[in-house]
Amino acid sequence: MLSLQNVGLTLETEEAPVRILDGINIDFEPGKMYALTGPNGSGKSSVAKAIMGMFTPTEGKIEFQGEDITNLSITERARRGIGYGFQQPPRFKGLRVIDLLEVAMEHGNVEECQCLRQIGLCPDTYNERALDASLSGGEMKRIEIATLLAQNPKVRIFDEPEAGIDLWSFEQLIDVIHKTHASDRITIVISHQEKILNMMDEILMMMEGHIELRGDCQEVWPQIKNLTRCACRDSCVKEGEIYADCPR
Amino acid sequence: MLTALDKRLLKEIADLHEEPPGAYNIRKDGKGVDRHSMPGIEVIPKEDKPGLDVLVEPGKKGTVHIPVLLTEANQNDLVYNTIDIGANADILLVAGCGIHNPGGGKAQHDGIHYITVRKGARLRYVEKHFGEGEESGEKVLNPKTVLKVEEGAYVELELVQIRGVDHTVRTTEGEIEAGGQVVMFERLLTDGKQTAESDVELKLMGDESTTRIISRSVAQDNSTQVFRPRVVAYGRGKGHVECDSIIMNEAVVRSVPEIWAENSEAELVHEAAIGKIAGEQLLKLMALGLTAEEAEEKIISGFLA
Repeated sequence: MLSLQNVGLTLETEEAPVRILDGINIDFEPGKMYALTGPNGSGKSSVAKAIMGMFTPTEGKIEFQGEDITNLSITERARRGIGYGFQQPPRFKGLRVIDLLEVAMEHGNVEECQCLRQIGLCPDTYNERALDASLSGGEMKRIEIATLLAQNPKVRIFDEPEAGIDLWSFEQLIDVIHKTHASDRITIVISHQEKILNMMDEILMMMEGHIELRGDCQEVWPQIKNLTRCACRDSCVKEGEIYADCPR
Repeated sequence: MLTALDKRLLKEIADLHEEPPGAYNIRKDGKGVDRHSMPGIEVIPKEDKPGLDVLVEPGKKGTVHIPVLLTEANQNDLVYNTIDIGANADILLVAGCGIHNPGGGKAQHDGIHYITVRKGARLRYVEKHFGEGEESGEKVLNPKTVLKVEEGAYVELELVQIRGVDHTVRTTEGEIEAGGQVVMFERLLTDGKQTAESDVELKLMGDESTTRIISRSVAQDNSTQVFRPRVVAYGRGKGHVECDSIIMNEAVVRSVPEIWAENSEAELVHEAAIGKIAGEQLLKLMALGLTAEEAEEKIISGFLA
């Protein structure tokens, strides 16, 4: 169980304090998949980063498997089994894909790891590739997801995994997140995609730093679809024949 | 007879565990201690000044090791090596210097290499610098490499200095004839109060001559680094200069790449960057379980690999 208890976060800026998170109470249970959704700036990534330890809450408490981890470092949380797939993964001059996978797996055998294949990349081609500007944004994103799969933590947080991913990979991505989820794992996905929200056990919709709505997709989606749907969709439909194959 | 210390230094600079394969000369504390020529590769001591002539016959394939070891303080070892790689030969030349300064004075090695790579030949030149010993004993290395690259020849330079050398001024000069190619990889890490300067001037003399200079460095603590790579195109050549430095602590890095064309068909590009390790990179590796220190080490070792 991962539990956020009245978590609040205020960042001090030069002008005035900014309230990022306010009174977040969530119990994430093993075996379940959760979506964090909501408009830009509503605090979704901040919740993820608070769980990973990249932000330390200014109020409240985070417990994981009965232990108070509120003040633990990122490293300590990672070693206890929390993993975070970055929304915009950083590039590294000089590090190769295999180097990152080796760090993620720690003691595992990267050669036997299927994580690159699972997200549609051939290890023979990609293992030796440098994690630099020679990789496209979509490739970087897929490698980031592969890294999280290789790490296989107890808590898996995917931050907008679909961003920058092409349509073919999108279907595969949904499939792999679903298939690699297990009864002892907590999966948290930050997303606006209806197809992703549809496969979640619970949807938490955030608004201005707090949780506005929660429930399963059937309950929540009708209330939030206008907030999360793509603005282009109407114009696509108005054109009559739709050439753009929209995944939304 | 090589001591355990000598063998350790040889391992650091030349990755040698035993007697080198192929032709070699091992120079220790100002004297040649072991030398071996082989058919087609002659290693001959100079008669008029300290140093060697390495003569490779045309078409010869092989390896030449010419490491230098300094194990005593108060030395200023100046060496002139002349290396001639015959046409269409294919040679790996491993140079480099390892200093173990027991303290009490300066140990300095200035190696001056004149290298001619004849038509169609290939040379891979590896030069690693390593220093260790007491802090009171300065370790200084000032290598100078002068290259003459004939038509269609290919030269790869790998110049590496990771910690341990207090002061270095590295000079690399070269003239590249038509169809010739020089690729230079420079890797440097300084810490403490070390200083390192690297001056490079490669001249694209002929048409279709190309060069690429890739310099990567990490400057830690209070160390200082200065890079001045210059590519001059007289012929219709192509040149690319890339300097990339990670700066940490109170270090100072100056990067002054220069491209200079005297031919309207030349294509020259330079890029230079100095920056600290990105916070996101550290966060990513920490989220995979590394500590901040381990993450930093991972990033630096990858960057300099």
